[in-house]
Amino acid sequence: MSDKVVSMPNEERFQARIDAEEKIEPKDWMPEKYRQNLIRQISQHAHSEVIGEQPEGNWITRAPSLERKAILLAKVQDEAGHGLYLYAAAETLGITREELIERLHTGASKYASIFNYPSLTWADVGAIGWLVDSAAIVNQVSLQNTSYGPYARAMVRICKEESFHQRQGYNIMMTLMQGNEQQRAMAQDALNRWWWPSLMMFGPHDGESAHSAQSMKWKIKRRSNDDLRQQYVDQAVQQALAIGLEVPDPDLVWNESRGHYDFGEIDWAEFERVINGNGPCNRQRLAHHVKAHEEGAWVREAMAAYDAKRGKPTVDVA
Amino acid sequence: MTANDSLLTYCLRLGDDALILGHRLSEWTSRAPFLEEDIALTNVALDFIGRARLFYQYAAELQGGDATEDTFAYTRDVRDFTNLLICELPRGDFAFTIARQFLYDSYVLLFMEQLKASKDTRLAAIGAKAEKESTYHVRRGREWMLRLGGGTEESHAKLQRAVDDLWGYTDEIFEVDTVTAGLIADGVAVDPTLLREEWLATVSRVMAEADLSQPSPGWSVEGGRRGIHTDDLGFLLAELQFMQRAYPGLQW
Repeated sequence: MSDKVVSMPNEERFQARIDAEEKIEPKDWMPEKYRQNLIRQISQHAHSEVIGEQPEGNWITRAPSLERKAILLAKVQDEAGHGLYLYAAAETLGITREELIERLHTGASKYASIFNYPSLTWADVGAIGWLVDSAAIVNQVSLQNTSYGPYARAMVRICKEESFHQRQGYNIMMTLMQGNEQQRAMAQDALNRWWWPSLMMFGPHDGESAHSAQSMKWKIKRRSNDDLRQQYVDQAVQQALAIGLEVPDPDLVWNESRGHYDFGEIDWAEFERVINGNGPCNRQRLAHHVKAHEEGAWVREAMAAYDAKRGKPTVDVA
Repeated sequence: MTANDSLLTYCLRLGDDALILGHRLSEWTSRAPFLEEDIALTNVALDFIGRARLFYQYAAELQGGDATEDTFAYTRDVRDFTNLLICELPRGDFAFTIARQFLYDSYVLLFMEQLKASKDTRLAAIGAKAEKESTYHVRRGREWMLRLGGGTEESHAKLQRAVDDLWGYTDEIFEVDTVTAGLIADGVAVDPTLLREEWLATVSRVMAEADLSQPSPGWSVEGGRRGIHTDDLGFLLAELQFMQRAYPGLQW
């Protein structure tokens, strides 16, 4: 750090470090809003991984072959592991996991709205792996350069596993498309239902995003919602076409001059409806998590009591 | 029964034990008491599903024709499944799952240590792999037995009840019928009767450490190896086999 930077007020010095692409570490000074903004974003990300276990986890006991079952178990286990790294990253900002879970249960903290849709058929497991994980990768690759060190490092590790997940999802879809008419229809139906929600994962248009401008300045976010969404569409459309799926968007067309696909407008009323609790599974997803947490309370209490009797410090788990 | 038939039956029994218990464990995914444990239970489920696949793959080769690992998992009915009853009991609460795993894994570890010395090299290889996993499963199970047994009054009571509810299903683990007897004589199968004393010593020691009373031996249920199951297995299979039953003969 130069002498000039050291003599600046905290806030300016912080921004200078950000501008110089330095990573901010847990013990460094940071504006309170930066800290809160990160807690919000990282915990939302952690909750998404954990709630995301449900729609796919639903199919572990019904997977159509033992190989698919083993792969899906490993995949869902990875997602839970991502939740764990991310809770740990959030905890470096001075909040406990118990508090984070409390916020999830009261609705103060969100998770990715896409998990409020149901996984009705086996093809949904393919569509989630392919589309939802693709969208997550596009977002997370950009977050590997996020300004907060622990978050950036978690992203590097998570991205490696997500690309395996994305391939397993796409492989399920490809296998279905090589199957009989019923299987192809199942795959197309899943794409029809998951396509638009996957576009919504990138959030509102840049001009309407509540947290975007400040997050970009602090380099918590590195690329805009619309920019990331375009990259995702360009990739996913090609992948859909390659296996004979039709993207459910009549306005979708390759724009030669832009070098990108033009695509139709998201149904923002639907987006708002689901975010505000009126998706098909919002209540079930949260109730499922609350139930497991409450049913596990006696186990966590037993652990704490056992550790206390042995003079071990209690580990915060939730 | 030819030697090949006996070996096939033996592989299916071991595969069925692993598949059905793995299924029960996998029901915990997203439902565990906390996230680390969610990951651990899913991981153990994966070990058992992996083990089932190895036994079924070998069984498929022994059966020949079009059989694959999935033939055994997905197209047989309740009466054809030959898993131990202890593996199919519903997952219950966390204490039940811990107690079941501890009682069963303590046996499986001893079993796999012997299986790796089988004259059948395929079974020996599976035994060697499974032994490593089971070593971890038993260590983990013991730690949880101590935590729940020595935690709170509530956890102690739940664990005691779980052990009591499971005890009568442990006799079946050590049964030997004519199929197994022949394979034991050939040096292929493990003789479970030789493992019983050590198993009892291990589980009794840990139950004592966990401050649990030894369950009374007044009841004993068997039947799994003959395809006589609890009512629960049919529902488990209905879920497990749904896709293959609804869409028979397709690739997924």
